[in-house]
Amino acid sequence: MCGIAGLYTKSATLREHLGAHLADMLEQLSDRGPDSAGVAFYRDPAPPGWCKVSLHSPSPTPEWEALTAELEVEFGEASPPEVRATHAVFTIAAEAEDAEIWLSERHPELTLMSAGRSIEIYKEADLPTRFVKRFALNELAGSHALGHTRMATESRVTTAGSHPFSTGLDLCLVHNGSLSNHNRLRRTLQREGMVFRTENDSEVAAGYLTWRLREGASLEEALEGCLSDLDGFYTFAVGTADGFAVLRDPIACKPAVMAETDEWVAMASEYRAIAVLPGAEDAVLWEPAPGHVYSWGTASLVA
Amino acid sequence: MATPEVTEEAVQSFDLAVDTVRELNQTLHSPPGSDGAGARVLVRNPGGRHAVAVGLDAPYEVEIEGHVGYYCAGMNKLATVRVRGNCGVGVAENMMSGMVVVEGSASQSAGATARGGLLAIHGDASARCGISLKGADIVVRGSVGHMAAFMAQKGCLVVCGDAGDSLGDSLYEARLYVRGSVAGLGADCVEKEMRSEHVEQVRALLDGAGFDDVDPAEFRRYGSARRLYNFHIDNLGAY
Repeated sequence: MCGIAGLYTKSATLREHLGAHLADMLEQLSDRGPDSAGVAFYRDPAPPGWCKVSLHSPSPTPEWEALTAELEVEFGEASPPEVRATHAVFTIAAEAEDAEIWLSERHPELTLMSAGRSIEIYKEADLPTRFVKRFALNELAGSHALGHTRMATESRVTTAGSHPFSTGLDLCLVHNGSLSNHNRLRRTLQREGMVFRTENDSEVAAGYLTWRLREGASLEEALEGCLSDLDGFYTFAVGTADGFAVLRDPIACKPAVMAETDEWVAMASEYRAIAVLPGAEDAVLWEPAPGHVYSWGTASLVA
Repeated sequence: MATPEVTEEAVQSFDLAVDTVRELNQTLHSPPGSDGAGARVLVRNPGGRHAVAVGLDAPYEVEIEGHVGYYCAGMNKLATVRVRGNCGVGVAENMMSGMVVVEGSASQSAGATARGGLLAIHGDASARCGISLKGADIVVRGSVGHMAAFMAQKGCLVVCGDAGDSLGDSLYEARLYVRGSVAGLGADCVEKEMRSEHVEQVRALLDGAGFDDVDPAEFRRYGSARRLYNFHIDNLGAY
């Protein structure tokens, strides 16, 4: 089944409480996907010339301070880590690509969840209602965020198999549905040099988007490419530095509701996850049409 | 237990911000008093919850103030359920009799497999409205999405607006009436002549739904060409 939530803020008040609102939405979607949960927050952009990375450590006692010292030696400057449960976020005086390469070579035991200027990804194989508390989402402010609750169908319940999946710098994907041609598409993408860490079908969709963007497609073109190149059921929400986009497959078996007020734009698998937002009762509500790309704040979508 | 407050008008009231859906439905599963006391039920703060007012089997009049989730008024029998808001997936699915009114719009599979009664939707209905319809009538004031009346066997679907792609795919004996445009007909669905008895049928259904500002003469009728009822090798691609 799975649940998806997205929230884009239009007011300063809402930005301060973004995490609390997204946590409320995820709790409503907990029984759509009780095995894992994850979020992508867009907040506190790194200064020019710096990047931000989210890292997951499998160790019960991760040595984040030691890593900070190493990053300072390598790149000159790095912020102290912001630790949330099994994850830590570092802001580093480096280009994201350089930091990614260094981390994968020097610390293969760590998983890079996201990289970019403002994105932070946290995800875990855990009950969503527990996840939102463990990761103290209510503390997080930000401009927009996506969330996912997972009911696994295609692959194992692991941290790596949870959503969101990073699809490039400041980009991520959450997926409700299942793809039937993911094995063949994974092999095709592997020949193009894409690397996959799980047997997960959604990771293939993320890899597909990453590959299309790398080959020069705009995000809108890459999403429209899904309509012909992906076989299966999907409602996708894609996070970008400026906003988010939504796409449903042409058959549209998987649900999605969108809502807008003067304060926010939201999407969710079900209305009950929107009903918990302030002013939901007066929101403009609609169901996104199949095979149509919807987007908010995504100036970069067509760039 | 719920604490339904009985007002002077003998109206039972539930607040789903406090009471559970199970408490509401358990009350609705017991018949109202023989004098009709408690037959009118108000439901506040539905908050998109699923399975609100499901499985009714008595002439209740339920009014829901707000948006509901999946399967609202499913399996309805005898009761009238009015939703002053939007509905999630499968409103009035498998309805047997009675009436379900949606004052907003309905998500996919509205009225799926419904066997009797009337489903009136004031807004739009999305994909697969009336899928496998088995005898109920559905009247939509707005438009319907793709695959409306897929494999519908009996009953009527009346659409005052437009119909999406693949209308009436693999249709049996249900009657489809559409006033606006049809994006595309499904396999074995064809346009048929609109005779006077069909205009009268549409008029009666519009009256039943309370849409008296719509002219029944403006509708076109669609039905099954009955070419797929028996297996024929030439039709292999259409099955």
